[in-house]
Amino acid sequence: MSRPRLVRLPEHIVEIVSDAGEGAQKAAIAFAQLCAKAGNGLWTVEIIPSEIQPPPHTTASASGNRIRLAERSRVTNAGNLANVVLAFNEMALLSRLEAGSLADDVLVLIDDQWATHDNEQYRLSYRDVLDRFRSRGATIVEIPMEHETLRHIEEAERGKNMFAVGLLCALYSKDLNVLQGVIRGIFETKTREVIEAAVKLAGAGYQYGVTHLEQRFEVQAFPTDVSKVAMNGNTALALGAVSAGFELCSMYPITPATSASHALSEIFEDFGGFVHQAEDEIAAIGVAIGASYAGKTALTITSGPGMALKTEFQGLAVMTETPLVIIDVQRGGPSTGLPTKIEQSDLLHAIYGAPGDAPKVVMAPSTIEECFYILSVARKIAEEFRMLVIVLSDANLATGQQVFDRPDVSDTPRRPPLDLSPAPPGALPYDWDPTTGLSQRLIPGQPDGMGVTTTLNHDRDGKACYDAERNQRGHTMRSRKLAALQKTLNAPSVHGAPEGDLLLVGWGSTRGAIEEAVDMARDQGLSVSSLNMQFLSPLPPGLHEIFAGFSQIITVELNYSDDWEDPLITKDNRRYGQLAWMLRAATLLDIDCYAKVPGRPYMPVELFDEIKRLLGDQQGIESPAKTLLATGE
Amino acid sequence: MSTLAELCVIESGAVEAHSLDDYESEKPRWCKGCGDHGVLASLQRVLRKNNLEPENVVSVSGIGCSSRLPHYLNTYGFHGIHGRALPIATGVRLSRPELPVVVIMGDGDCFSIGGNHWLHAIRYNINAVVLVLDNEVYALTKMQVSPTTPDGWKTKTTPRGTYLQPMNPLSIVMGMTNVSFLAQTATWLPAHLDETIEKAWDHHGLSFVRILQRCPVFMPKAFGDGGLNFPVVFLEHEDGIPVHPLLLKRGETQAHNHCDINEAQRVAVNVDPAPMGLLYQDPDVPAYEEIRWNRQDRPDHQTFIQRLDAALDRYTVS
Repeated sequence: MSRPRLVRLPEHIVEIVSDAGEGAQKAAIAFAQLCAKAGNGLWTVEIIPSEIQPPPHTTASASGNRIRLAERSRVTNAGNLANVVLAFNEMALLSRLEAGSLADDVLVLIDDQWATHDNEQYRLSYRDVLDRFRSRGATIVEIPMEHETLRHIEEAERGKNMFAVGLLCALYSKDLNVLQGVIRGIFETKTREVIEAAVKLAGAGYQYGVTHLEQRFEVQAFPTDVSKVAMNGNTALALGAVSAGFELCSMYPITPATSASHALSEIFEDFGGFVHQAEDEIAAIGVAIGASYAGKTALTITSGPGMALKTEFQGLAVMTETPLVIIDVQRGGPSTGLPTKIEQSDLLHAIYGAPGDAPKVVMAPSTIEECFYILSVARKIAEEFRMLVIVLSDANLATGQQVFDRPDVSDTPRRPPLDLSPAPPGALPYDWDPTTGLSQRLIPGQPDGMGVTTTLNHDRDGKACYDAERNQRGHTMRSRKLAALQKTLNAPSVHGAPEGDLLLVGWGSTRGAIEEAVDMARDQGLSVSSLNMQFLSPLPPGLHEIFAGFSQIITVELNYSDDWEDPLITKDNRRYGQLAWMLRAATLLDIDCYAKVPGRPYMPVELFDEIKRLLGDQQGIESPAKTLLATGE
Repeated sequence: MSTLAELCVIESGAVEAHSLDDYESEKPRWCKGCGDHGVLASLQRVLRKNNLEPENVVSVSGIGCSSRLPHYLNTYGFHGIHGRALPIATGVRLSRPELPVVVIMGDGDCFSIGGNHWLHAIRYNINAVVLVLDNEVYALTKMQVSPTTPDGWKTKTTPRGTYLQPMNPLSIVMGMTNVSFLAQTATWLPAHLDETIEKAWDHHGLSFVRILQRCPVFMPKAFGDGGLNFPVVFLEHEDGIPVHPLLLKRGETQAHNHCDINEAQRVAVNVDPAPMGLLYQDPDVPAYEEIRWNRQDRPDHQTFIQRLDAALDRYTVS
C-alpha cells in the first residue's frame, strides 16, 4: 500500500454512532479526552436515543457523539455539517443523514460485517444505504470492525468501541500512548482484565488504521501552559453549585437536567451539602424553599415539565421573598415534547409562569464555562435581593462538552456561619427600603425576630392584609427590586461593530453559533453584529442605545415562531420567538426573529445564510455550505 | 449542698421559664366554637412545658382554616400553600435539625391535595410534630366535600349527598414504611388532646396526630353533634395516652399495645367506634435528617477548597 495522504486541517467534525448500548458514547468520550489532552479546542454533542433499549439496528437506536475539534483552543459550538462519521451499522449512519448532520462529501467509516451478514434484510439495507451515500458524494471506507475485534475478545460488543477509538486515533494522527492512558483512566474502576482488553483493542484499531487508511488527517494542537478542563454543562453547573457555596439541592429526576444532580450527588456530602431527591417536582422546590427559609443556601434543578409543576411554589418564593435558585435545563416542549433535545422555549414561562404578578430574575449561561460561574452570581442576587433567580440552561449545554480554562477556586469565599444574633428592636420581616424594595431577612433562631411568613398579601410587618393600598405597596416593593438590580448591571457588549446593517440578538447556548456566523459574514464584508443577553429579567440597560445603531434587528432563538410564508399568517396574528416578543414590547421596535424548533443546535452556516438573505444577496458572497440542511430526502 | 450542675439547671430553669403569653401572637380569628382554638392552646401549653424559646420553634402550615395557626403562635411561622406544608417542614428540618418543627394541616390539605407529601413524609420520618385538624369538610372555601366527609353527607359540591366512603387516614398511615408514631384525639376531649400533643412532642421521629374537630359553621352535626353522640374507644396502655376517669362516659377503654405494629394495624382499620389514643409508636425508626447529617462531612474552609480542586482534577485535561 502506498503511503497514506496526510491532510492538515484547522478543524474537523467527526460523529461516532452505534446502536444504543454498543459503546459509541464511551469511544467518543475517550477520543474527546485524547484531543483535549493534546491541546485541541473542542465541543461535543451527545446523540441520544429517546428510549433505553430501542429496537436494535434501527435509526431510532442510534447513540453516540459529535465531536468538533479545532486548532484553536476555544470552540463555542457544535459547528456545521460533519466531515467524518464512524458508524457501527448502516441504520445508525442513516440516522445522521436524516438528522441533517452530515456533509455530502462525508468520509464514512463503517463496520463491514453487514455486507455478508446472515440476515438478508441487513445485507440489503447495508447496500442500499451505502449506495445512497455514494450517490451524494460520500467516500466509504468499509472496516472489518467486528472481525478484527473478535480476534482479540470473545464478545465483539464488549470491545468494538475501543477498536473504533483506536481507529480514530490513527485517522487523526494522534498519539496511541496518550489514548491508552485515557482509556485506563476511563475504566479506572473496572477489573484489570477489562482495562487491558480495552487498551489492546485500541492498539489493534490504531494499527489497522495506520496500515489500511489511505487518507489521514491532522488537526494541529498547540499545547499551552494554561490548565484546561473538559466537562459538560450539567457537570459545570454541579461543580459551580459547590463552588458558589450551595448547601442543599432538592430535585426530582427529569431529562435532561438529572445528570447535574448525579454529578452533585457524587460529591456534595464531602462539601457539607445534601442532594435530596424528593417525592415529586413540587416537593423538590418546597424542600429547597424550607431550607432557604431556615437560612441555608438552596437550589432546585429541573426541566420544562418540572418548571410547570413548580410554579405555585415559585409564586410563594416571590411573595415570601425567600431566596432561591432554580436551574431549568430546557428541552423540547410542549408537554413531554422532545425530552432529550434542545429548545429554548421556557423563557416566557420562566419570566411570567406563575399566577399573579411575580417578578423574578432570569439569567442564561451561553457556554459550558459560564455554567460553572453563573451560580455564584445567581446565589448572590437571590440572597441580596431576596429573590427567585431562574437559570435557563438547555440540553445543548447540558450534554455537550467544552474545553475551557480550569477555574481557579483557591479564593472561594468562606461560607459564613448563620447570623443568629437578636433582631434589632422593632425589626420587621419586610422592612422595605422605599427606593429599592430591599429588606433584611430574619432567620428562625434569631431572638425577637419571630413572625409569620405568609403567602397572603402582607405589609412590612409581615401580617396578612387585604386593603388596596397595602396590596399595591407589596407589589411595588417586589417589583422595585428588579429595577434596583437592573441599575447594577452593565450594558451587554456587542460582538462586531457597534453600528451596522443588521444585529442578531440571542440568549443562551446559541451564542457560539451566532458569533461564528457573524464572524464569517463580517469576513466577507457584511455589516452585521450580534448581542448575547445573559440577563433576560430584568432586561439589561443600554438596549435602546445599542439597537439605535442598527437598521435591522432580529433575534435568533431555538423556539417556535410562525413563518411569514405560512397560510393565514399576517402581521396581526403572527407569533414571534419569545425574546423577540419581549424585545418588541420593551423597545417598540419592529424586531423580527429567526426562531425554529429543529431539536438540535443551530449550525453557524445556516445562520450565515439567514444573514445573507436578510442583507439581500450581495454579489460575490458565497455560502460556505454547499448543502444546508439535508432533510432525509 | 447542691452540685454546680444542679444549681445551673435550677438557675436556668428559673430564668428561662416562659408564660403562655410568650407564645401568643395575634388574636385568633377563627369562628366561635371552632376546635382550632383548643389545639392552639394545647400547643402553647406544650411549648411552655418544654420551656422552649419562641425563636427556636418553627410552625409550618398549608392553606385552610387550621393553617392560620402559625399567625396566632408567637414562634417563627410559615403559612405556606395548599397541601405543601410537609415539604417546607422537611426543608427546615434537613437544614436546621436543631429547630423543633410543628406542622399544622387540615384534612383536605393533608389527605387530598397534599396526599403524596403525606405518604412520603411518613416514610422520611423527619423529627416533627404533624397535626391534622380534621373537620371532615373544606371550610375556608365554604363547604365542599373532603376525603373524610361521611358517606351520603351533603356539601356544596355534593348537594345530593357524597358518593364515596370516607378515607380512613389511620389505616393509610399504618400502611406506610417507617411509620413511627400515630395517635388520634379530638378537640371535645381537651385533657386527652393535651396529653396526646405532649406525647407527640416527646416522640423522636414524625409524630402524626389526627385531631377530630367539628366545624361549627358548615358541619355542626359532624362527629355526633361535636362528640356528644360519637362512638369512641380509648386505647389504654401504661405508656400510652392516659385515660382520665371522666372520659369513660364518652366511651369504653380497650387494652392496646402500641409497640405491636400488627395490633396497631388492626386497630387502625376500625372506624366505629373510633380508636382514640396512641395507636403506634416506635422510637427507634431513624429520622431522615439525622441519617443525612450523619453521612455528611463538614470540612473546614481549607479542606473544602482542597476537595473542590480535587473534584476539578477529574475533569482536567492539561
